Amino acid sequence: MSEPALVAPAAVPPAALSGGLRRLLRDPLGVVALGWLALVIVAAALARWISPHDPDEPSAGDILAGPSASHLLGADGSGRDILSRLLHASQISLAGAALTLLVAAVLGIGAGLVAGYYGGWTETAGTWAASLIMALPGIVALLALRAVVGPSPWTTMAIFGVLLSPAFYRVVYAAVSGVRHELYIDAARVAGLSDARIIGRHVLTVVRAPAIIVAAAVGSGAIALQSGITFLGLGDPSVATWGGMLNDAFANIYVAPLAVAWPSLAIGTTCVALTLLSNALRDALERTGRPRRRTARAEDAADAAAKEPVLTHDEPPGGAALLDVRDLVVAYPRPDGPARRVVDEVSLSVRAGEVHGLIGESGSGKTQTAFSILRLLPAGARTSGAIVFDGTELSGLPAARLTRLRGGAIGYVPQEPMSNLDPSFTVGSQLVEPIRAHLGHGRAKARTRALELLERVGIADPARTFDAYPHEISGGMAQRVLIAGAVACEPRLLIADEPTTALDVTVQAEVLDLLRDLRDDLGMGVLLVTHDFGVVADLCDRVSVMRHGRVVETGPVDAIFAEPRHAYTRALFDAVVATGERA
Amino acid sequence: MTESLLRVRDLVVEYPVKGLRRAPFRALHGVGLDVDAGETVGLVGESGSGKTTFGRAVLGLAPVTSGSVRFRGREIGRLSRSARRALATQIQVVFQDPYTSLNPSLVIERILVEPLLAQRVPPDEARRRVRDLLDQVHLPADAGRRLPREFSGGQRQRVAIARALALDPALIVCDEPVSALDLSTQARVLGLFREIQERTGVAYLFVSHDLAVVRHLSHRVAVMRAGEIVESGETRRVADDPQHPYTQKLFLAAPLPDPQAQRERREARRRLRSTEGARP
Repeated sequence: MSEPALVAPAAVPPAALSGGLRRLLRDPLGVVALGWLALVIVAAALARWISPHDPDEPSAGDILAGPSASHLLGADGSGRDILSRLLHASQISLAGAALTLLVAAVLGIGAGLVAGYYGGWTETAGTWAASLIMALPGIVALLALRAVVGPSPWTTMAIFGVLLSPAFYRVVYAAVSGVRHELYIDAARVAGLSDARIIGRHVLTVVRAPAIIVAAAVGSGAIALQSGITFLGLGDPSVATWGGMLNDAFANIYVAPLAVAWPSLAIGTTCVALTLLSNALRDALERTGRPRRRTARAEDAADAAAKEPVLTHDEPPGGAALLDVRDLVVAYPRPDGPARRVVDEVSLSVRAGEVHGLIGESGSGKTQTAFSILRLLPAGARTSGAIVFDGTELSGLPAARLTRLRGGAIGYVPQEPMSNLDPSFTVGSQLVEPIRAHLGHGRAKARTRALELLERVGIADPARTFDAYPHEISGGMAQRVLIAGAVACEPRLLIADEPTTALDVTVQAEVLDLLRDLRDDLGMGVLLVTHDFGVVADLCDRVSVMRHGRVVETGPVDAIFAEPRHAYTRALFDAVVATGERA
Repeated sequence: MTESLLRVRDLVVEYPVKGLRRAPFRALHGVGLDVDAGETVGLVGESGSGKTTFGRAVLGLAPVTSGSVRFRGREIGRLSRSARRALATQIQVVFQDPYTSLNPSLVIERILVEPLLAQRVPPDEARRRVRDLLDQVHLPADAGRRLPREFSGGQRQRVAIARALALDPALIVCDEPVSALDLSTQARVLGLFREIQERTGVAYLFVSHDLAVVRHLSHRVAVMRAGEIVESGETRRVADDPQHPYTQKLFLAAPLPDPQAQRERREARRRLRSTEGARP
């Protein structure tokens, strides 16, 4: 028999367990399955008292009798009451399945916990053993072992438990090794907790939900297999079993066809109920809301915040704006209450050849502002306001024309260089592709252009980097590659979202130098999103300070650093000064 | 003179590399560092410099290949798991990421009583201590009944600090404890670290990539690069007059939040780079 198909579920926060149970009780399929199983278990437990007849008492007069008042479901080939035999047989089937489940769970969960938590050789041994057991053809192994250990149904079911234990092992091992390196496990070790306590308190909770889901599936498999074995006549013929009854009914199928239905129904409905329960459990336990990172509260405040005017510092008149954003609003509808405004009436402009810094703390809406210019917001976001780039209104632009602008006249540098390079393609191919798409160059010409760009962004050996895969280059190098890609088509505007946050300070300094040089060479405008006043001081000409989705202060960098007017800007500066020298 | 609280000499940490006959990866190449009682030592370095590994070796979370880690004169580099547990009352930790360093499924009170119960403090007494700890880190008294996800990053880091303080340790290893926080939150959490030190006399080994943060909090600083300490000394001396070229480069690379001063620093960095020659 093949193994139940199981997918290792993601770690479920155990607090969700009680909530999961509630959700399960709201799922009609789950309730029906659970109800049916409860009924079967109660019937099996009370079989001795509720059976109308002795299940093993033959009656010559009732052989193959149809349903009647004395035999509700009829009688079998030896004249025994089918209902009574069915009730008694369910004891064996359920107890057998329970034994299988117990053996599989103890072995699989135990080994999974040890291998997942301690790793090392236990991991190697456990995974090796699990693979070996899974590779065994189950039925063949079972029949061979049965020949050695005898026909006891209990040993058969116990061995079957061993064969199914990898199902538990795999999900438990996956869940535990997922949390093994969590910092809270390390913290518990440093706090002096014993391993047993760490496993009991921190690890077992992660395993609980996936193990319950596997258990339902394994139980279904165990009942099916046990019925199969007794149907083949390999069980103990003196004990009533569902499979044995099916065998008996099958022999007489032409005389009393209805008798086949009863054991089939018992086996079928119980297995289906367990499978449905497993599915319902999976839905109920895994559909748990991810722990929400806070931001929500800060952004809620945006709705309530008094709409104070933006403090604008005087500045010398400059050239025409390359990018002009007016009254930009980005809102996300909420199921309860009004839409949440993450960007609230933001206006800013970027001129050619200048770097405009957009600074704020997490949740201030600075990245959302940058993304809405590129129209990269997640689905569901509603925007309003005007975004004019080089005389063209972007917000009403058809998608195809915007796609031509993005990567063409507007370049983008992301925060996480590594996750923005596809690990399965070489750096070169990822650079060449957009160059060909935007500039219509041939393969050879695009390659030459890519190599030029890599050299331009200060990569020492462009040819080697061109042929490298992303994992073969460092984070700083990857960011240079992305900058090379962003400026490939000589954009007029570059949008950089925290371009140096993921980098070391020495690398950051070099990347900032590069951006400055590129701006000077290409005369492009740059919108730089950052949370670091040092970066602003280093690179920006003008700066806008954002808080709760609104710009609170804007103006030339020198003026704002010399004389911050808004209380929030001053508080941010104070925070920087507070990280000055130890007195 | 009495020996330092923590005295590390020639510490080497190697991690095995998968594959037959592959040389292990050497994260630390013979590092030495002292931390005295009640003092803060900053350990600065860039990613991959081994600074976090050093902290983990002191905590017993990284394998000590050779060298010595002495705490109050006693060798603790290669203790058994159970001997290590006994040290929980002496050495504690605050990790970088306040989102993963607290078990998401336990309420704050259970997180905080855990180390106390492990030291066989009676449950009633432990709960009383937790209320006191929450007060010490300026969290509301009802915080104990809530789950970590109900708190902001800065508040979670306060919980982590409270957990470290629960056993009244002599040394807390702080591994980038504020780098995941917003600027204004950073300042407040750093203030809390100082306040606690002034009150309890705990010593910090403060691991960070952020020079400003280390400079703000540390009495002494050690600069790490590629598994070695290239320079160490009084904070002011190292910060104002760095001797090693790498330290100079590191300090000049950190941008100053002042356009004028940053222009000067940028020029200084350019000069340093040109004197370095064509070296990358």
